[in-house]
Amino acid sequence: MKPEMITIDGNEAAAKVAYKISDVIAIYPITPSSAMGEWADQWAAEGETNLWGVVPQVVEMQSEGGAAGAVHGALQTGAMTTTFTASQGLLLMIPNMYKIAGELTSAVFHIAARSIAAQGLSIFGDHSDVMAARSTGWGMLASNSVQEVNDFALIAAAATLKARVPFLHFFDGFRTSHEVNKIELVTLETIRAMIDDDLVMAHRGRALTPDNPFIRGTAQNPDVYFQARESANPYYLEAPIIVQEAMNQFAQLTGRQYHLFDYAGAPDAERVIVIMGSGAETVEETINYLVERGEKVGVIKVRLYRPFAAAAFLATLPPTTKTIAVLDRTKEPGATGEPLYLDVIAALNEAYEGRFNHPVRTVGGRYGLSSKEFTPGMVKAVLDELKQPRPKNHFTVGIYDDVTHTSLDWDKTFSIESEEVVRAVFYGLGSDGTVGANKNAIKIIGEDTPNHAQGYFVYDSKKSGSTTVSHLRFGPNPIRAPYLIQSANFVAVHQFNFMERYDVLRLAAPGATFLLNSPFPPNEVWNQLPRSAQETIIEKNLRFYVIDALSVARETGMGRRINSIMQTCFFALMNLPSLPTDKAIEAIKEAIVKTYGKRGQAVIEQNFAAVDATLQNLHLVPAIPYVTSKFERPPVVPTHAPEFIRSVTARIIEGLGDDLPVSAMPVDGTYPSGTTCWEKRNISDEIPVWDPDICIQCGKCALVCPHSVIRLKVYDPELLGDAPETFKSAPARFKEYKEMAYTLQVAPEDCTGCTLCVEVCPVKNKRQPKLKAINMAPQQPIRETERENWEFFLNLPEIDRTELPLNQVKYNQLLEPLFEFSGACAGCGETPYLSLLTRLFGDRTLVANATGCSSIYGGNLPTTPWTHNREGRGPAWSNSLFEDNAEFGLGMRITLDQRLDAAATLLTQHRDLIGSDLVDSLLTADQSTEAGIQAQREWVAQLKARLEALRLAPTETVGLKAKIENLLNLADVLVKKSVWIVGGDGWAYDIGYGGLDHVLASGRNVNILVLDTEVYSNTGGQMSKATPRAAVAKFAAAGKPLPKKDLGLLALSYGTVYVARVAFGANDAQTVKAFLEAEAYDGPSLIIAYSHCIAHGYDLKYGLQQQQAAVNSGHWPLYRFNPALENGDTPFHLDSKPPSIPLADYIYREGRFQMLTQSHPDAAAHLLEQAKEDIQKRWQTLAQLANPAK
Amino acid sequence: MDLSTTYLGLKLKNPLVPSSSPLSRSLDNLKRMEDAGAAAIVLYSLFEEQINQESHTLDAYLTQGVESYAEALSYFPEAREYNTGPDVYLEHIRQAKASLEIPVIASLNGVSTGGWVRYARDMQEAGADALELNVYYLPTDLYMTSGEVERLYLDILADVKTVVKIPVAMKLSPYFSSMANMAHRLDVAGANGLVLFNRFYQPDLDLDNLEVVPNLKLSSSNELRLPLRWIAILYGRVQADLALTTGVHTVTDVLKGVAAGAAVTMIASELLKNGINRLIVLRQGVEAWLTEREYESLEQLRGSLSQMNCAEPAAFERANYMRVLSSYAPDYPWRLHSWGVM
Repeated sequence: MKPEMITIDGNEAAAKVAYKISDVIAIYPITPSSAMGEWADQWAAEGETNLWGVVPQVVEMQSEGGAAGAVHGALQTGAMTTTFTASQGLLLMIPNMYKIAGELTSAVFHIAARSIAAQGLSIFGDHSDVMAARSTGWGMLASNSVQEVNDFALIAAAATLKARVPFLHFFDGFRTSHEVNKIELVTLETIRAMIDDDLVMAHRGRALTPDNPFIRGTAQNPDVYFQARESANPYYLEAPIIVQEAMNQFAQLTGRQYHLFDYAGAPDAERVIVIMGSGAETVEETINYLVERGEKVGVIKVRLYRPFAAAAFLATLPPTTKTIAVLDRTKEPGATGEPLYLDVIAALNEAYEGRFNHPVRTVGGRYGLSSKEFTPGMVKAVLDELKQPRPKNHFTVGIYDDVTHTSLDWDKTFSIESEEVVRAVFYGLGSDGTVGANKNAIKIIGEDTPNHAQGYFVYDSKKSGSTTVSHLRFGPNPIRAPYLIQSANFVAVHQFNFMERYDVLRLAAPGATFLLNSPFPPNEVWNQLPRSAQETIIEKNLRFYVIDALSVARETGMGRRINSIMQTCFFALMNLPSLPTDKAIEAIKEAIVKTYGKRGQAVIEQNFAAVDATLQNLHLVPAIPYVTSKFERPPVVPTHAPEFIRSVTARIIEGLGDDLPVSAMPVDGTYPSGTTCWEKRNISDEIPVWDPDICIQCGKCALVCPHSVIRLKVYDPELLGDAPETFKSAPARFKEYKEMAYTLQVAPEDCTGCTLCVEVCPVKNKRQPKLKAINMAPQQPIRETERENWEFFLNLPEIDRTELPLNQVKYNQLLEPLFEFSGACAGCGETPYLSLLTRLFGDRTLVANATGCSSIYGGNLPTTPWTHNREGRGPAWSNSLFEDNAEFGLGMRITLDQRLDAAATLLTQHRDLIGSDLVDSLLTADQSTEAGIQAQREWVAQLKARLEALRLAPTETVGLKAKIENLLNLADVLVKKSVWIVGGDGWAYDIGYGGLDHVLASGRNVNILVLDTEVYSNTGGQMSKATPRAAVAKFAAAGKPLPKKDLGLLALSYGTVYVARVAFGANDAQTVKAFLEAEAYDGPSLIIAYSHCIAHGYDLKYGLQQQQAAVNSGHWPLYRFNPALENGDTPFHLDSKPPSIPLADYIYREGRFQMLTQSHPDAAAHLLEQAKEDIQKRWQTLAQLANPAK
Repeated sequence: MDLSTTYLGLKLKNPLVPSSSPLSRSLDNLKRMEDAGAAAIVLYSLFEEQINQESHTLDAYLTQGVESYAEALSYFPEAREYNTGPDVYLEHIRQAKASLEIPVIASLNGVSTGGWVRYARDMQEAGADALELNVYYLPTDLYMTSGEVERLYLDILADVKTVVKIPVAMKLSPYFSSMANMAHRLDVAGANGLVLFNRFYQPDLDLDNLEVVPNLKLSSSNELRLPLRWIAILYGRVQADLALTTGVHTVTDVLKGVAAGAAVTMIASELLKNGINRLIVLRQGVEAWLTEREYESLEQLRGSLSQMNCAEPAAFERANYMRVLSSYAPDYPWRLHSWGVM
């Protein structure tokens, strides 16, 4: 069969082979490897068979540790087994990996190599994870490109069967896993030829079976463990030979020859770089460029890293080599060098003699951590450094290290890109479909023309209003440039406001084409550009085109999706000889049918209409040779922002974080909180506007606002004297504040436009019921005035929290939220809970946050929404891992308890010195109310003052000074602290459940908030045990067949845990009550909070209605179980009524359920009936708990 | 008693035809209708608008939030296929045809020329015995003339007739300036039947919540008069068969419909309200009435009280209107004032 040329990404390339040669695939989602498991699951759901004609079993586990265990078990029972993972996931697999290797088991794991969380988490690519696993005894095979991923997936599988050494097959996360490139797909015949059935049978023959019983996995003692460990040596000695044989066989079948180490460059090279992973492609291309220009340089691409075949390595190294730079894409602090460097050093040391008749100097360097760019300029810098008599060792390249001065300088303008390669960069919004269209464009070019093509996509750190940058290359030769485009001959800007936000023309090459989606016609657009953009267009002599794509989209029913329109413009402006415009349009339409065909004719026709309406609206802007603009791009943050914000945060916001030097970075991952307020994103065209005349001041809009954009204050009307002209106010409608004024103020530049506030507003304008007490209006005309109003509002005094009845929404929403303007999705159903939490307890809260959505919108640089009040108090937040969050939070509590004990001990010991009354007040304070807490704060202040005085006073008592210092340090702990353990259902129900259960059983005073979206939201909608029956999710494509785990009832079974199930959109008062009770309960509390989510598949403006429907249908009963009420009152309160609407009325308003009726109608009907039974049964259980006598 | 009738060229055993309603979504119900004596069944309507809506909604589900954030480039698995088009409906026709002896009339409500034509052809291919084009159209456009509205109906009919061989009935609303002329033009254009009249569901106002709310009210016998009148007027003057729909609840209603000239009387609200077995009662009642009055057959009754055959043809026209007013006036003078007719 002729090999198929196909344009796919690295993950798909790996999965395509892995799937074919697996019986069992056990996985767990983790970026950037999730897609491999998703592909496998999709193919299994579609009934695609493996090499042996059977559909593999694809099973999602509760963690990577669980996946590794399942893999181990499957291997031990003879299945051809694989998994896909990365980063922390691989770390969790390590214990099993030792076992699998120790038992000489044939297996391949495919790894999208990624950074490991250290001073901060990173989802991006480097070799930190695989290097952490290098001692497990697994073979390690590195792929450098999408083609190699496809090839090595098979070579690794063939080799492991023969060698019996298991293999990690790894490639660079994102850079390779997500790069789309044109490859020659390995054929089924090749797979069949490479996978020796006899070896497969031998693997199966080693399986555990009661028909041939033996034991494996013994416990061994000092007498034999050592010898047994050495017994496998021959296999490791043989493994490299076997890998090379597999590579040779593969070459015979495909024509693509690989070696354990491949050399490229001058045969008489004197300077050589050793490297593995995608960076090797960049090095090789650069070396080829330099060799053509006479330089004696070369590169060794390491394919097989473990077992490290030293002899083969040395045989590959040209005898002329004088200096070697070994580049590691990892960091091993404290080591004498990074792993590859040390291996090369050892290899040279062991086999140096006889190979070289001159000294060879070897240096090591680090590059590309967390997908840091690695460019030809950097390669050249390394090679230039090797020319030095004493080249720098342990260097870094790609950053500017002004602290320990490890970095090499590089020429940022150095380029080796051929003029034959077209380079196009597209700036878009996530929501406008730019990336999807570009993926199609790459496929069109790759598959409909003889061109080779490459696509890589850079995403934002925010989930709402996120910017995407697509980098597309194509040309007559294979594209081997795994780095971002540095000089583009086509720049498209799909959102006009980017012109003010970013230097989008920075990458434009002289004479490049510039396409702008502009609401302004060609004769007006010029004056709407900032000065710097005009200057660049003139200076670079850009060909400037505009199209009002949004109007075309609107007129053709596409809404805001301009993808097909901009794609059509791209092809028209490119006008490739191999793909003239008319042919390109045909290809675009074919791609539309391929992409959207399954969704129905109407969608196809709409897209066709948009394509057909495009070209008549595409216009060349007449060149204007002089700058006319009166304005410049505004500063990223205000000039009065704190120094760190201006010098560091602002650079990151602007997309210039790569330019920050090492010295700008906090050394231990500590960053200031309260920084989102400086990042004015202006992402919504419309914002809410208050109508003070009809507002009843209920506070619901503020409660539901996911981004804490709506603020309420009651204040002295006299303060209005200095108010801006348009500042709105109304008499306060509170019985306690009769003479006061009230204002609802919107932060105009932070709103995401979700409209939840409008949806929840209970008031209607009597003349025009379509209007409420809060209504959406265009932002642009009121941005300036509302910005001024917002500033004025912020300076109004905060309410005295000691006087407020906190259990009422109307009152507690007057409190300042200490969680604001997060990057969560517009309309997020999680963040209102966090906002409420911080309003109620934020000034004395510690937050342990599980990895997931909440850790990303909570802690993804550049800014954090966790903030502080005027006194400087606010939530102290940290994220440890995904799996350990409950334990992490428990650790915080234990410390607080210990410190409280220590403080109490010291206070008691020094009662006389401090004063008995004060000590008694401090130790017996009732902190169950805000007033009590405030009183304690004042006593602590007195204590500190007293201690300060004692500290300065002369004393001869041994150790007293130290004790006073200690007590001073401990004093603040005397004010009640609240520990909140926050995370999603993936954490609480799955990966972290063991820890969560242990913490619930600990009896300690922690509050656990589960933001239950019923799916792994952050990694793209994989099923968790919280996913309800009948919902579609990844790994449940045919609908989840089993019911949602009842975490509440499990926790309730302890009888000592406060448990509440809440849904703020259904009953905000019950939610507030649960938060207050949970916090007040002196023991573990668990709040399971219904969180509507983008992964539910509907417009989130209806999130609150859906919460109500979830409760009314019985899907989400509300209750509270308060063990504190055991004596007398019933501890269990059922807070919702029996199901009053059909379940179908709730679920079929959501895509996750509805789409099952379209994809698997019979299963949908069947699962609906079962889900109805689930509800009935659960309701009966809860009703019984509420009324045990009945 | 011979209750047989011919509608759209289909020989039917009686004039009782369940009209388009949610009841026909279930194959079980279709079978029960046949068993209860239905002579033919009009299936629930396939709404092109709904198909489009489902398609757009699915697209929105699968598109929302995708390719925006590096960790979540999509939120749902892609199924190999989705039932977004008319497949479910067409399969329903096939299954209905396979399990019923009586004719199955498919009902279609399109929004585009392409849609009308495509789905009509699909329905024919799926085995439908006839088509009912349910032109449920409310012209709210201030700039659309009555001529344009009429043209729309004629064009739809012409387009569909060019692609199907099976008979086609037009289900109409009563809101034409010239109902008789409209019926005539549709007749000339090849309509095999006219179904009079479509019932527009009127929204209600919720004063507590200041909202406009959909309000589905089932019909009553009081609503029979309007179609009855127009059937009586058109009977014998158009070649198309006439079907009376809206307001048929009782034996008397059925008999009146036939007497006015209806080939069939269509029933939905009555079955929704009182069950499918009402068909048995209606058929027996019709038979008993005819027997009691010594009719030879139902055919003998058909059209006997149409404008053409009745003793007082003017009763269907303006003279009748004046008589009603004068008989009404003494009781409710205020109402007539407010209507501006006195």
